[in-house]
Amino acid sequence: MTNPHRNKLFGGEVDWFTILLWLLLCVIGWFNIHAAVFDPEHPGLFNMNTNYGKQSIYIFSAMIIAATILIVDAKFYSSFSPVFYAITILLLIAVLIVGRNVGGNQAWIPIGSFRLQPSEFAKLATCLLLARFLSAHSNKSPNLKTLLVGAVVIMLPVVLVLLQPDTGSALAFFALVFVFYREGYISGPWMLFGALAILLFVLTLAFNQWAVIAVAAAITGLGIYYFRRKRKIITSLVILFVISATYVFCVEFVYDNILQSHQRDRINLILGQMDDPRGIGYQLNQSKIAIGSGQFWGKGYLQGTQTKYNFVPDQSTDFIFCTIGEEWGFVGSMVVIGIYLTLLLRIVNIAERQRTAFARIYAYGVASILFFHFAINIGMTIGIVPIIGIPLPFISYGGSSLWSFTILLFIMLKFDANKKGIA
Amino acid sequence: MNGLFERKYIIQGIFIAVAIVIASRLFYLQLIDETYLLSANNNVLRKMVIYPARGVILDREGKVLVQNEPVYDLLVTPREVVDLDTALLCELVGIDREGFERRMTTARNYSPYKASQFEKQIPASAYAKLQEHLYKFRGFYVQNRTVRNYPDSIAAQFLGYIQEVNDRDIERSNKFYRPGDYIGATGVESAYEELLRGQRGVKNVMVDAFNRPQGVFAEGKYDTLAVAGDELVSSLDKELQVLAEKLMRNKIGSVVAIEPATGEILTFVSSPSYDPNMMVGRERGNNYMKLLNDPFKPMFIRPIQAQYPPGSIFKVVNALTAQQAGMIDEHTIFNCPGGYRYGGGRAIMRCTHVDGSIPLVTAIQRSCNTYFGYSYARMIDHRNLPTAEAYTLWRNAVMKFGIGESLGIDLPGEKSGLLPTADYYTKRYGNARWGSGFNISLSIGQGEMGVTPLQMANIMAIVANRGFYYRPHLIKAIGEKKIAKPEFTEKISAGVDAKYYEPVVEGLSRAVNVPGGTGYSVRIADIEMCGKTGTAQNPHGADHAVFFAFAPRDNPKIAIAVVVENAGYGGVWAGPIASMLIEQYIKDTITLPKYIQDRIFNADLLPKLETGKSTEADKVTSSRRADPRKDPEEEPLFVHHRILANRHD
Repeated sequence: MTNPHRNKLFGGEVDWFTILLWLLLCVIGWFNIHAAVFDPEHPGLFNMNTNYGKQSIYIFSAMIIAATILIVDAKFYSSFSPVFYAITILLLIAVLIVGRNVGGNQAWIPIGSFRLQPSEFAKLATCLLLARFLSAHSNKSPNLKTLLVGAVVIMLPVVLVLLQPDTGSALAFFALVFVFYREGYISGPWMLFGALAILLFVLTLAFNQWAVIAVAAAITGLGIYYFRRKRKIITSLVILFVISATYVFCVEFVYDNILQSHQRDRINLILGQMDDPRGIGYQLNQSKIAIGSGQFWGKGYLQGTQTKYNFVPDQSTDFIFCTIGEEWGFVGSMVVIGIYLTLLLRIVNIAERQRTAFARIYAYGVASILFFHFAINIGMTIGIVPIIGIPLPFISYGGSSLWSFTILLFIMLKFDANKKGIA
Repeated sequence: MNGLFERKYIIQGIFIAVAIVIASRLFYLQLIDETYLLSANNNVLRKMVIYPARGVILDREGKVLVQNEPVYDLLVTPREVVDLDTALLCELVGIDREGFERRMTTARNYSPYKASQFEKQIPASAYAKLQEHLYKFRGFYVQNRTVRNYPDSIAAQFLGYIQEVNDRDIERSNKFYRPGDYIGATGVESAYEELLRGQRGVKNVMVDAFNRPQGVFAEGKYDTLAVAGDELVSSLDKELQVLAEKLMRNKIGSVVAIEPATGEILTFVSSPSYDPNMMVGRERGNNYMKLLNDPFKPMFIRPIQAQYPPGSIFKVVNALTAQQAGMIDEHTIFNCPGGYRYGGGRAIMRCTHVDGSIPLVTAIQRSCNTYFGYSYARMIDHRNLPTAEAYTLWRNAVMKFGIGESLGIDLPGEKSGLLPTADYYTKRYGNARWGSGFNISLSIGQGEMGVTPLQMANIMAIVANRGFYYRPHLIKAIGEKKIAKPEFTEKISAGVDAKYYEPVVEGLSRAVNVPGGTGYSVRIADIEMCGKTGTAQNPHGADHAVFFAFAPRDNPKIAIAVVVENAGYGGVWAGPIASMLIEQYIKDTITLPKYIQDRIFNADLLPKLETGKSTEADKVTSSRRADPRKDPEEEPLFVHHRILANRHD
């Protein structure tokens, strides 16, 4: 197993290809942040009062952090994972008390001019602790008790983040379901079942609940006819139908009584139930206009009118993909998506080549979290998922997000480089 | 490694599937659906209209009649206003605190981010002071525009005025005009609107999400420049117009002078007039109401809208048409016993004098009613035709002189005048057995007849030309183009051969140049002026004085008609005015005795107004004519024959 991208710089074989992908995303991010906040009257590239000026500091410090992580002994991360977890939980509690309220979410702790966002680091700590906990039970066959305890590890920060309330960040934790799937805690049918649940949720809200139940009944009927000789399958189909119907009613109930009105609006917009380009739909509409108007080759660097003239709110953070879509067009978008996909597949491959369950589980956690952010963030800018404010990893402006994703990724690289050294 | 290893492919498969979903959605957004590109352009592009300067109007010598003067609109973008020194601003703009708040509220209601008008048409003098302090008023901008300016304050009815378009104008123009645009409402401004208005330019400006301008789009590649309106050269002689308006001051009436060789109108006075500058600027609204409520109706364009029984000038037309019809010739002699008896001798149309046997030339010179009574009777009664047919033949011949239909001058609102048809009389008298005795007043231009001062002047132009005219017009050239409209160069025949004009011209010459002639007192040394006094009957009060003339007799340079309402005898008031204008135009000097000049300049012939009682002018010009653009209803001019009995001049 010789790989040209590895050498022995950090006491092991570092996966330089992943580092290259990481660096590419950071640089793409920096240029697009520059475009998003570009002001023709102050064209300097390193003005420290601007977002792109600050981002260059964040990228530089992220590099130092990355190097530090690679130098520190790998055992440190596994041994201290409970401590990290405890610290972030405390920070999540602290943010509820002393946090700064920005855009309706109490998610930031101001430290000087910098604003720390504990929820970003909570994903990292949760990932580490989950890996440690599951790997400790990896010699036994997967059982419900371990699954439940693992779920508690995830749910604790989720509840605290929901209290801010930051639904987007909270949902990101659920991406760790892939980890349970890989480790055998969740079976394939249950994953399908989950996918079905999401599908039914969307369909119920998009269409009438009775229509959804009618269609489900028809499909069940067809299934019963097809499997008429197999009593067992018929039984499970009927049970599935009953559960689905109940679930559909629950969704309707949750939607009407539990979701907050802004969440309902966002969901409605995505489902096309609400057409309101001046009000709540403004951001999504302008985002689609920006991306759609980029066409094949894009308008060119610093030439995007939607970008330059601030038509899309939050454009350097959550909606950074608009700038990419507008100025670099379909070609640029495909390049970015290609880099992400390559990175994700690479991480899964890295995970599978780990010798320890801890490193493997952790790497899957990293893949899951990055995948969720990638899919949901880009999905919301092009109108296929509801708008939930989560950043695009390594590209969106922001120190907390860049650092936490960098740490997340480089701890994995450290495990990978050091896999011979870890017991 | 365990059996769960294969799940890696499931997970990677999910990652790939999701990436494909995103990619296909991007494919649709960026490559298939074109509407997003349009929306993006709509977002940032604002088309700003650049207003062209309206065309200037010059007199025939190239002197300015109307020009553009810069004024300044003060705009405000309410959102940008900070630390405003309200008191100073109010003082500079000339408004009070309340007015300030009202304007700010209006602007804020329009849009906090967009600039809107705060105060319009600040004159240059006030702007100079404001400009010095403008830097202190953040959020306030000045936009300059041009308004009309009339350096000599003359020719108001001729030039007309412009006003903001109303909804109907916008609709009629197929949305060419936008609210706030100006359009020519009357006069030349209206007649030549499409040339004067020029071409608007468009500047494509990019704006940000808050509609704040961010610079030009595509380096101005799609911008168009505004093209200034065409320069119009009018036929008016400014000096002559100024003199004519001075002479007509404090009188009601009209002066129309035409260059016979071209049909170009040299002078076009409607009196009382007004200063056209009143229709410009911040006081426009008040002034407009003032003019509308003025009992003398200054907005009424008398030269083309006032209609009078023409009086003696019509004898000229009758003399010519009767010759052409072969009913009389220059040797035809009628006996004048001091009046023309008709209706079997029961009625009489009197003359001022008893001339006995009188030939045509003398009849014109002395304006003999009897002579034209006879000649008209021949035209109607002695042609071996049914009366209606004979009358129609006569009427058609008369109409060729531009009577009874509009001449097609390049001004809106021209009246056609009045010349009844045969049917009118047949209906009025119940059968076709009427004859010349039933409307004998037409022989001397009285009765059911209406002729505008423009038509009178045109008749003189026809006589001056010995048989033809060019459509009278006010604009002779457009920019570099020497011809305004092709129809103005078309020679129009009056239907009477040139040879028949000589006795008439001789008679008109004698009326001025032979002692005892009605115009002898206003004759001009060195210039053989041919003309006549006339009296236009006024059933409502004192008659209107009329004088019409052309000069010189050979190669005439000017044909003129002067009408002074309620002034009585034509020779006293209208004659001197015509004489002075002709001499001024031809010789650039006036030799008429000073005391006559002073009498004219100083005369105040305006009817005395009594409060609560409608005035002469009101009746004559009809109070319904408040809006000069609206066609006043026809007002048949009817004079009973009994009044005619003692008519003479």
